[in-house]
Amino acid sequence: MIMLNTVDLALAAGLVLAMAALSWRMQLGLSGQLLIAGTRTVVQLLLIGLVLKALFANVDLLWVAGISLVMLLAAGREVMARQQRRFTGWWGFGMGTGAMFVSSFAITVLALTSMVATDPWYDPQYAVPLLGMLLGNTMSGIALALDRLTSTAWQQRAIIEQRLMLGATRLEAIAEIRREAMRSGMMPIINAMAAAGLVSLPGMMTGQILAGSPPLEAVKYQILIMFLISAGTGFGVTAALWLASKRLFDERHRLRLDKLSGPRH
Amino acid sequence: MTPRSSTLQNRQNISGLSVIDLCTHGRGPYSLHIAPGECVSLRGDSGSGKSLLLRAIADLAPHTGQVLLDSTPSTQIAAPQWRKQVALLPAESHWWKDEVGAHFAGEECRWFDVLGFSAETMRWQISRLSSGEKQRLALARVLMNKPQVLLLDEPTASLDADNVIVVEKLIDEYRRDTGAAVLWVSHDAQQAARVGSRHLQLTTEGVREYSV
Repeated sequence: MIMLNTVDLALAAGLVLAMAALSWRMQLGLSGQLLIAGTRTVVQLLLIGLVLKALFANVDLLWVAGISLVMLLAAGREVMARQQRRFTGWWGFGMGTGAMFVSSFAITVLALTSMVATDPWYDPQYAVPLLGMLLGNTMSGIALALDRLTSTAWQQRAIIEQRLMLGATRLEAIAEIRREAMRSGMMPIINAMAAAGLVSLPGMMTGQILAGSPPLEAVKYQILIMFLISAGTGFGVTAALWLASKRLFDERHRLRLDKLSGPRH
Repeated sequence: MTPRSSTLQNRQNISGLSVIDLCTHGRGPYSLHIAPGECVSLRGDSGSGKSLLLRAIADLAPHTGQVLLDSTPSTQIAAPQWRKQVALLPAESHWWKDEVGAHFAGEECRWFDVLGFSAETMRWQISRLSSGEKQRLALARVLMNKPQVLLLDEPTASLDADNVIVVEKLIDEYRRDTGAAVLWVSHDAQQAARVGSRHLQLTTEGVREYSV
């Protein structure tokens, strides 16, 4: 593998600086944002590089569990931040986080113990990137699905209540909306699987090929990851929607939109 | 007879709909009783909470106090089952499928003829219905559940004079045939006098009976 040195990175940074200068000349108002984002990339990635380096040097279950928890909490916060109308109180954070925990962690552990079969099974070189990819994708799916569920329930409250009046159970009254939400949560990964290799070369596979892996080995890993992601997203979205659609009603099958916060501006 | 004054003992034998000290959305307490086969009219200024009261009786809104059907409290019956028996017909009906028939679970509706519809109506598009047609179809739809209590919120508000008579007659026949208890919200004093055997007024203090 060809190692990059500081000069290589400085040349690439020069391109970003040139783009920033151009943006400044054209008064696009982007140069500030571009420079800040570029600096953040350098700092954040260097930090995570250092963390991973330390983690790989000391293979310890506690350390792996610790960084997994940080990743989970960050993903949970992100799911909550992407909701137009979120559940009030602890549920707003706990619902998405709980669903991600159950699906992503279970699938990662399953993959590490039975498919990749690393030794020890929590070997951070495999565990952290695998969990990261699963969490990232499950997070997007759950955020999309929950947002769709709550905003549609809000818009169609009159129809949901009409169905309840006619004797529908809460699950019957929200069945179609839940199905739509499930579909929008699963669409990104289904599209990614359908387009893989034809339209886009997936990032992980590209990375492995750049690092010198034989292409077919990289492809096998990518297929494994795609399958894990689609299963993880599917289970995670299902769990989150199940919790959320129950939570939209009370035990007397009444629609309780007062459990949602107002729209964000 | 007011349910509030009745003891727990004889409450067990009361048939029909009993509402006892019902409070919802900071309003109430409301108490009222409607016997089987009785039709009671309800009036009140707009904003006095008539619709809120009906929603609470149908158990669609959180409330305190008790609602009983034939002496059985609503809390002892599964909520969807309760709403089939204590049916609310809201002032504005809502439809979620494209065709009329999809809202009738593919069954025939014996009230279509009387209401001026035919079997063909089942294939009509919801988007092309007039407000009057929607109101009559919503009545037919709610009667399909064979409710024992009908909570009607201005059921003839969008109808022309002929159809008002048709709907009043249909509800009257349904009530006689099935012994259903009917609570009928109406702004029209003449209609209230026509359809109701007793008349209630909703005030901030509660429910008061008045005579015409």
